[in-house]
Amino acid sequence: MPAAASVSDRRATAAGERRGVPARAPQLALLAAVLALLPLGFANNYFYEVAILVALNAIVCIGLNLLIGYAGQISLGHAAFYALGGYGSAIAATRWGWPVWLSLPAAVVAMGLLAWAVGRPTLRLKGHTLAMATLGLGVIVSIVLVNEDRLTGGPDGMTVPPLVVAGRALQGEPTWYAIVAVVLWLAVWLAGNLIDSPVGRALRALHGSEVAAQTLGVDSARWKLRIFVISAVFAATAGALTAHYAGFITPAKASFLHSVELVIMVVFGGMASIWGAVIGAAVLTLLPQLLTVLKDYEMMVFGAVLVATMVFFPRGIVPTLARLVAKD
Amino acid sequence: MSRLTATLRRFTRAALPLALPLLLTAPAAAQEPIRVGTFLAVTGPASFLGDPEQKTLEMMVDKINADGGINGRKLQLISYDSAGDAEKARTFTKRLIEQDKVDVLIGGSSTGETMAAVPLAEAAGIPFISLAGAVVIVEPTKKWVFKTPHTDRMACEKIFVDMKARGFTKAALISGSGGFDKSMRAECVKVAPNQGIQIVADETYGAADTDMTAQLTKIKGSGAQAVLNAGFGQGPAIVTRNYKQLGLTQPLYQSHGVASKEYIKLSGDAAEGVRLPAAALLVADLLPAGDPQKPVVTNYRNAYQAKYKTDVSTFGGHAYDGLMLYVNAVKAAGSTDKAKTRDAIEATKGYVGTGGVVNMSPTDHMGLDLSAFRMLEVKNGNWTLVK
Amino acid sequence: MGANWMQFVAGGLTAGAVYALVALGFSIVYHASHAINFAQGEFVMIGGMGAVSLVALGLPLWAAVPLAVAGAMLVGLLVQRLALEPAQAGGQADVVTLIIITIGVALFLRGLAQLVWDKGIHSLPAFTGSEPMHLGGATVMPQSLWVLGGSAVAVLALGWFFGRTLLGKAMRATAINPLAARLMGISTRGVMRLSFVLAAALGALGGVLTAPITLTSYDVGVMLGLKGFAAAILGGLGSFGGAVAGGLLLGLIEGLGAGFVSSAYKDVIAFVVILAVLFFLPGGLVGARGSERV
Repeated sequence: MPAAASVSDRRATAAGERRGVPARAPQLALLAAVLALLPLGFANNYFYEVAILVALNAIVCIGLNLLIGYAGQISLGHAAFYALGGYGSAIAATRWGWPVWLSLPAAVVAMGLLAWAVGRPTLRLKGHTLAMATLGLGVIVSIVLVNEDRLTGGPDGMTVPPLVVAGRALQGEPTWYAIVAVVLWLAVWLAGNLIDSPVGRALRALHGSEVAAQTLGVDSARWKLRIFVISAVFAATAGALTAHYAGFITPAKASFLHSVELVIMVVFGGMASIWGAVIGAAVLTLLPQLLTVLKDYEMMVFGAVLVATMVFFPRGIVPTLARLVAKD
Repeated sequence: MSRLTATLRRFTRAALPLALPLLLTAPAAAQEPIRVGTFLAVTGPASFLGDPEQKTLEMMVDKINADGGINGRKLQLISYDSAGDAEKARTFTKRLIEQDKVDVLIGGSSTGETMAAVPLAEAAGIPFISLAGAVVIVEPTKKWVFKTPHTDRMACEKIFVDMKARGFTKAALISGSGGFDKSMRAECVKVAPNQGIQIVADETYGAADTDMTAQLTKIKGSGAQAVLNAGFGQGPAIVTRNYKQLGLTQPLYQSHGVASKEYIKLSGDAAEGVRLPAAALLVADLLPAGDPQKPVVTNYRNAYQAKYKTDVSTFGGHAYDGLMLYVNAVKAAGSTDKAKTRDAIEATKGYVGTGGVVNMSPTDHMGLDLSAFRMLEVKNGNWTLVK
Repeated sequence: MGANWMQFVAGGLTAGAVYALVALGFSIVYHASHAINFAQGEFVMIGGMGAVSLVALGLPLWAAVPLAVAGAMLVGLLVQRLALEPAQAGGQADVVTLIIITIGVALFLRGLAQLVWDKGIHSLPAFTGSEPMHLGGATVMPQSLWVLGGSAVAVLALGWFFGRTLLGKAMRATAINPLAARLMGISTRGVMRLSFVLAAALGALGGVLTAPITLTSYDVGVMLGLKGFAAAILGGLGSFGGAVAGGLLLGLIEGLGAGFVSSAYKDVIAFVVILAVLFFLPGGLVGARGSERV
C-alpha cells in the first residue's frame, strides 16, 4: 500500500516548517470562520439540525480516519463506541442519577478504557480478520443493547436527559450548533497536531509498511493501540453529544449498518486526510436529506452515486481533487 | 407602434405587479393548502407498516381533493420515508415543522420513530397523530399526541380473555427482538395474571431469523396449553410453519401485527386454526348488516383494492383513521389553527373508523376500547369471526 | 432432551448450508481479486425474488429456478464489468475502495429490487412437497434435504471444476500469480468476470433452495451477506473447503446455542465462538494456505 499522507497534509506540514508558525493555522482559521458564518444562511432550525448532524458525524470520522487512513487498520464495529458513549452517559444520568456534565465525560473515558482493553488482543489481527473481529464485537454490542431492555430500554431505545451546565439546560438548535462547532474545531486541531507530530510520522511509516516501520524502531503494536483508543474516544464523544442533543438513543446506533456508514464516509471523503473526513461526513449526511425527494428511487440513486464516486475518485474526494490541483 | 399601444404597454407593466397581489390576497386564504406532514417507514424493516400507510394517505388525500377539499382548501401531503429509524424520524419531523411548516403531523409507523418525534411536537405545539402501537405513546397522556391503532396491551388482554374462555391456564410466549415484539411481550407478561394465565415459557428469536424450531422445541416441552406469538413481519409466518412442522397441537395465537391476508398466504395451511385480534377491516364482509363499521370498512377496502390491486392492511386502516380524525377536526374547528384542531381532535366522539368507534377525552388520546378488537380465526385459508 | 438436540442440529445445518453457499461466493471472489464482495448477499436475494416473480408470471418451478439463477449470473457479470472493472483498470484502486464499491452496488441492487419487485415478503412452493419427515427424533421439511443436497452438489461441482477443468485451473493460476498467468495467455479480466458469475450462481442457488423455507424479500441480502462473510472468515478466506466448513459450523453453533443456551443471544454466542477461533487461528480454521486449496 502506498504512503498514506495526502497531498494537502504534506503541504500543510511543509508550509509550517517553512514559516515557523503552526502549520495548519490558515486551515484552522478558515474552518473557524466558516463555522461562525454558516448560520447566517440558515433559514430555520432544520438547517441547524442538519449542520449539527454533519458536525457530529465529522467528529467520528476524523477519529476513524486516523485509524483507517493513517494507521491503516480497519474497524467495522466503530458504531459500538459511538452508541456506548451515548448509552453510557444516558444510563449514568437516568438510572444512577449522575449529573450530565459528569456522566458525559465519564462515558467517554470509559469508552477509551474499553477500547484499550479490547484493542490489545484484537489489533494483533490483520486485514480481513481484523475487519471480522471488529465487526463481530460491534454486532455483539448491538444485540446486547437490544436485549437488555431493563437497562437500555430495548429496541425502542431510551430517553436521554438534556445537558445541564451550571444550572442551565442546554437545549435548542443554535446552542447546540455552537457546542458541536467548538468540539469539531477542537477535533480538527487535535488530529492535525497528532499527524504533524513525530507520532504522525510513525503512523505513516506504519501504514506504509509495518515490517519496515518495526525495523526502524517504531513500536507498531503500541501506536496502533493508541490510535484505536483515540478514535474510540472521538466516536464516544460524538455519540454522547448526539444522545443529549436528540434527547433519546436507540440500539440502531450500534448496528453493523451504522459502522459501515461511518467507514463509507471516511473512504468517500478521502483516507489519510482530515478534511476528507469532514467532507465525507458532510456529503453523506446531506445526500439522504437531498435524495429523499426521490422517494422510492433514493436507495438506488444513493448506491449509484457511491459507486460512481469511488470509480472516479478512487482515493476519495479530497485526495483525488488535491492531486488534480497539485498537477496543474 | 402607435402611442396608444405603447401607453397601454407601459400601464400594464406598471399595473401588473400591483394587480397580482390583489388577485392573490383576497382568495389567497382559501387557496392556501392544508399541509399534512407525514414520516412513515415506507422502506426498511417496518415497511410492512409504512407502505400501506403511505398508499392510504395518498389515496385519501387525492380523493378528498377531488371532492373539493375541506372548507374550500385542498390538502397537500408532504411525506418523508424514515425507514423505521428513530433518528431519521426526528430529523424529518423537524424538517416538516420548521421547513415545510405543516399544520399537522400524521405518522411514526413504529413506536421508536413516534417517541423520537413526540418532544418536537410538544415543543412546537402541533397536533401529532401517531400510527404506532405501543401504549407508552398515550400513557401518560401528552397534550399534543394522539394515536389511532389499538395498543399492544389491548391485544394481549383480548387474547388472554379468549384463552381463559377456552379454559387455558398455562401459556407460552414467543416473540422477536423488534420494538413492536418486545413491547407487546412486556405488556402480555404484565396482564396475563389478570386473566389467571401463567406464562410457562418465554422464548425469543432475532428479527431476521429464518428458523424457530429450536425455540418451539423448548416450548413443546414446557407444558403450555396455548402459545402466543407477539411479533410482526416474516417471523410469525415462519413460526407458524415451524409450528406445523414440529407437530405442535396447542392453539396458536398471533398478534394484531400480522392481521393480513399476506400472513395466511405465507403460512400456507399451517395457519389453519390460528387466532388473532384484529380490526373489523379484515372481515368487512362478515360483519352483520347493522354493524356501524360495515359501511366505512367496506368502502375503504374497495377503494384501496381497486387502486392498488392488493389486499387491505390494518395499518393502512390506521392511517385512514388518522387522516379522517384530523379532517373532521378541521371541519369542526372551522380552521387549521393548531390549538383549535387539537381541541377538536380531543373532543372526538363516536367517530366510526376502520379500527373501531373512537371516543377521545383529555385522559384518553386513543379512544378505542376492547370491543374495537374482533377475535378472528383462520378457517380454510380465510378469516372468520369467532363467536 | 435427547431428541431435541437432533432438532437443533437439523435446523442449524439447514441454515448452515445457505451460509456455506454465500461463504463460497465470498471466497471465490476473494481468491480471484483479493476484494470482499459485500454485494454477495444480494445475489441470494435476486435468486429468490427472481424465482418468485417468474412463478407468479406462470412459469413452472423447474423452469423458474434455473432462469432465476441465470439472471443472477448475468447481474454478477454486469456488476464486475460496469462497477469494478473501471475502478480496477485505473490501477489506483485500494482494496478498501473496491469494498466500498461493492457496498454501493449492494445498495443499488436492493433499491432496484424494491422497485422491480416490491417490499413484501414472499414464498416459493416447496420443490417436492411440504409434509414434514421424521428423521431420528427430529422433524425435517423435505426442502431442507434439497438445501443440503443442492449445496453438496454445488460444492462437488466446484471442486471438479477447479481441480479437473482447464478453465478452473486457469482461475487458480491467476489467483496464485496473475502476471505469470497472463504471460501464459490467461485473461485476468476473464477470470475476474467468471469468478463473479460463479459467486452469483452460488448465491442465487442458495436463494432459490431456501426461499421455500425461509421466505424471501428485497432485503434478505443484508443479514445473509454478514453471516456468509463471517462464515468465510471463520473457515479461512479464499479456501473453498473452509467456506463450506465455516458455513455449516456457524449454522450449527446458532442452532445449538439457541436450543441449549439462549435463543435471544444465539448470534452473540456464534460471534464469540468466531472471535475465539480467530484469536487463536487468525487464518481461520483452514489457515492461510487456503488460496491453493479447493
